[in-house]
Amino acid sequence: MLDTIILNLTSILPEVIVTATLCVVLLVHLFDRKNIQLMTMLTVAGLLAAFYVLSGTVGANSTAFSGMLSVDPFAHFFKIVIVLATIVVALMSRTSDEVNAERATIGEYYFLLLTMALGMMFMVGASNLLMMYLTLEMSSLSSYVASGFTRKAKDSSEASLKYLIYGAFSSGVMLYGISIVYGLTGTLDLNGINTVLQQGSSSPLALLVATIFILVGFGYKISAVPFHFWTPDVYEGAPTAVTAFLSVASKAAGFAMMMRAFKVMFIDPAATGLAEGSWALLSGIPLQHALMVLSVLTMTLGNLVALWQDNVKRMLAYSSIAQAGYMLLGLVVFGNDGFAAVMIYFAVYLFMNLGAFYAVMLVANTIKSEHVDHYKGLGKRAPLLAVALSVFLVSLTGLPPTAGFIGKWMIFLSLINAKMIGIAIVGVLNSVVSLYYYVRIIRNMFLREDQSGETAPLQFSIDQKMLLLFLLIPTLYFGLFFDQLVQFAQMSVQMFGMR
Amino acid sequence: MTITLTHFLLISAVLFTLGLYAVLTRRNAIMVLMGVELILNSANINFLAFSRFGGMDIEGQMAAIFVIILAAAEAAVALAIVLNIYKRFNTVNVDEISFLKD
Repeated sequence: MLDTIILNLTSILPEVIVTATLCVVLLVHLFDRKNIQLMTMLTVAGLLAAFYVLSGTVGANSTAFSGMLSVDPFAHFFKIVIVLATIVVALMSRTSDEVNAERATIGEYYFLLLTMALGMMFMVGASNLLMMYLTLEMSSLSSYVASGFTRKAKDSSEASLKYLIYGAFSSGVMLYGISIVYGLTGTLDLNGINTVLQQGSSSPLALLVATIFILVGFGYKISAVPFHFWTPDVYEGAPTAVTAFLSVASKAAGFAMMMRAFKVMFIDPAATGLAEGSWALLSGIPLQHALMVLSVLTMTLGNLVALWQDNVKRMLAYSSIAQAGYMLLGLVVFGNDGFAAVMIYFAVYLFMNLGAFYAVMLVANTIKSEHVDHYKGLGKRAPLLAVALSVFLVSLTGLPPTAGFIGKWMIFLSLINAKMIGIAIVGVLNSVVSLYYYVRIIRNMFLREDQSGETAPLQFSIDQKMLLLFLLIPTLYFGLFFDQLVQFAQMSVQMFGMR
Repeated sequence: MTITLTHFLLISAVLFTLGLYAVLTRRNAIMVLMGVELILNSANINFLAFSRFGGMDIEGQMAAIFVIILAAAEAAVALAIVLNIYKRFNTVNVDEISFLKD
């Protein structure tokens, strides 16, 4: 018994390390309350150790805890994305004025950050419906608190209440859906459900309703329209570092969970006559059409509403809704190509979106504003920051030679290979619309003069510049040298127990 | 009259609908959260009923226990957030707490 537990624990060593780190952070916080440097160092050290272990276990393919968790290349890829995002956000928070204003509880902030990361790392491996629900709640519960972390700010409190209400409601609906699936199949294990469903469902209507209910939970986590209502408010109200984390890591974990659930539960392994690397869904589940509608709605609404936003953070919130729409396109393909494209997109999205939020945070730190008009003249006052922000925004639009182009290109390519030209065109048109609001910020920074007559250059410390460069360089690098990234993603599509 | 699986499912469906109704119509944050609790418990009844009457294994009952624990944890976090809201805004009416708008 003890042997199996230890064996299982070693296969989830990165998670164990993160758990240990968060305990240490909480303990140190008791004795040394206001030491921001120490907290950051501990957090980053723990995460680097987890990252080191992850980089040494590429290709592992097994399950742990009697099939509750999968430790496969697919989960591994997303764990790397999540750990990297957590490291960047921990470093971001160190220089964030909003977070540092709560100096007395700074240890709790890093504790919450690590709990969120831990929940997400479990989410990407969960291969049992109960485990999925529990890990989703684990990351959500700490996200509610983290988004309301700056307790003195009204915006932040409001953000946390709205997040809580939408989150608790959506995951409750998801749980009801899970209970119906349990009733229909008699098991909560994803592979087991698949085995039962292959024999034909006794009640297709109930299964359809249950699938929609479960989709509500996933949709909330990845902020897909029409479950996106919390996103703009929470992203605007939460501290920028937390927003950045939610927009990248939380979305990545939600996507990974959704991809695994749909692939393992609903795929028909007996289907024949398929092209290499593509799968057929079990009959009676119109999942592909549902995802297609969801994806088109998500990117169109995200992009159109973003056009009217004057607050840059809120604009980026709608932009991240639209980005979720593009990623959903990769799911619609239902093949290894599409899934790999989504994973590549996340790898580049990590750098460009964190970078954009970091630039916005640095501006808010110095000029105390997130309004797009106050970005006028920043090209002269803070050249490095303005150039970096422009690159991130161009990358989010998906123009070459940035990494964002590769992400979008792979997704559209997989759609075209699957002969879904129509929906690919919708995606491209959406990118054109998004160009308008991204370029609006760039135009304000470089081509418009500041009306207030403020011309003093903005000062940034050396480590702030380093972090900005750390995000900027991969955004450009992966735009030119993407072969290894693409290969790694295509290798990582493999899920445990699947062909 | 014997009580069958259908009765339990009916009760849980009614509870779920009531919870949904509470979340969508109530403006008091506490009432909304009570609606969420109803939804969670309706799922619990489903799990238990299927486990007992469906001739299935113990997995459903185990799920219900986990959900009960999680509901308690969620209530604790939720009430702390609502308390913080009350201190900041002097109200827990979700309609009045909306300064973040387009």
